[in-house]
Amino acid sequence: MASRTAQQLLWGGRAYLILSWMWIRVSMSYRTSFVVLTLGQFFITGLDFVAIVIMFASVDALGGFSLAEIGFLYGGSGLCLGLADLTLGNIERLGNRIRMGTFDAMMVRPVPLYAQACADEFSLRRIGRITQALFVLAWSITALDLDWSVARVLMVPYLVLCGTLIFLAIFTLGAAFQFWTTDGSEAANAFTYGGNTVTQYPLTIYPTEAIKALTFIVPVAFVNWYPSLFILGRPDPLGLPAAMQFAAPVAALVLGLLAALAWRSGVRRYRSTGS
Amino acid sequence: MLYVALAVRAFRRYSTYIAATLAGIFTNCVFGVIISFTYIAVWQQNPDAGGYDVTDALTYCWLAQAMIMTVAIWGGGAPDELAARIRTGDVAIDLYRPVNFLGWWLASDLGRAAYHLLTRGLAPTAVGALLFDLRFPPSMAAWAGFLVAVVLAVVVSFAIRMLVASSAFWLLDQAGVKNLAAVFSMFFSGLVVPLVLFPGWTRDVVMVLPWSAFVQVPVDIWLGRRTGVSLLSGLAFQVGWCVVLLALCALVLRRANRKVVVQGG
Repeated sequence: MASRTAQQLLWGGRAYLILSWMWIRVSMSYRTSFVVLTLGQFFITGLDFVAIVIMFASVDALGGFSLAEIGFLYGGSGLCLGLADLTLGNIERLGNRIRMGTFDAMMVRPVPLYAQACADEFSLRRIGRITQALFVLAWSITALDLDWSVARVLMVPYLVLCGTLIFLAIFTLGAAFQFWTTDGSEAANAFTYGGNTVTQYPLTIYPTEAIKALTFIVPVAFVNWYPSLFILGRPDPLGLPAAMQFAAPVAALVLGLLAALAWRSGVRRYRSTGS
Repeated sequence: MLYVALAVRAFRRYSTYIAATLAGIFTNCVFGVIISFTYIAVWQQNPDAGGYDVTDALTYCWLAQAMIMTVAIWGGGAPDELAARIRTGDVAIDLYRPVNFLGWWLASDLGRAAYHLLTRGLAPTAVGALLFDLRFPPSMAAWAGFLVAVVLAVVVSFAIRMLVASSAFWLLDQAGVKNLAAVFSMFFSGLVVPLVLFPGWTRDVVMVLPWSAFVQVPVDIWLGRRTGVSLLSGLAFQVGWCVVLLALCALVLRRANRKVVVQGG
């Protein structure tokens, strides 16, 4: 039983890689378009940070955080979202596929459905956003004068991994939601890109209730806020126990289970468009 | 009359997708709340940043959310349909219609904008007013000026999107150009950060670019920061860009007309 599940997972992963590779090759046959779109992503997301820099022409701290510290939050959040978006960003097209009836075609293929939905038109150009976030993160690390203990250094990959997992779960939840409302894909943006925008800023600028909601209801605070508090050596404005700063895997796990459940019941519920 | 009929039909077409509209409103509101708090943080630090007070800034934030779809800041609307028709060759039918080509698409886009104004414009503004303390136009002149400014904003935006779509006559695919245009539009319209916050000379530059007609000019009229001559000069600024950009559109379309090759013979 256990070995069968493992085998299926392995097959799903392999199928995902094969499909993604196919889409990469497709995008490479329109090389100019690929370059333009990748640069476009780099600059679009880059201007996002320029906007924050412009705000800092009028102020010298937001919510008690300096520009370099916000750069760290911004870079961390952007990197996690970028990695999740690269992995399965086009899963949000599910509603479109359901409407067009092409989802049926996916169901009859001998490849795990989730792997197909994730790899759907895999867009390598999304490395534009990832590169941009990496730049900001690297700049913030050089600009910040931090005491890099081993724990702090290790916390960085820990943050990226858990944050990416959280965004992966949110993307999946948003897609699963479309089994119920085919037209609702934009609402998912509020949680994915909205979650990214929220966590670009120090949560101290939001009211306490909002920070609690972002911790316990839509737990995007675990993407970068709690780990960053540890790395930046900042006290928690809510005064929560220090364990929170390491609790990101718990949030990722809970969200992941919820996403899996929603996806499964969505697929079960699916009844095609019919005619 | 024909143009009105076209606009009405576009309005109806968009009004079919109710779930999509509701989902969009929800997303606009979520972003409205997030951006509101960042603005509150900025204006708490500097209560007079860019010459705005915090109420002005919050009003700006929610009106900007209301404009996203109405003015099609991210692109889209009728010119997107045109771009698709250029690619498939269906544009040939549009070109031999005994109707002004630009007028045909503009009417359709205005119909779309009217629908988006009444749904994705009105709803976030109402939600914003419930959640935060917003400012409303202080006079009838401001209300009227704002409405005119929104229509002009849609036309300026239409002309820019039309130029982008026309690139498909040469490139067949507008995706790359559209992407780039969206970058400019998003940033220079002041969607993310109000143009008044731009430091020094950059502020003067962004204020005269056509994108400042999208959000900044209408909002300043709404806030009552442009009255009398200043209100009229704001509208004249928009009209100026409308004329220049539409003339450019007409020119480009004339050239495209001469070189158009419809795929499939």
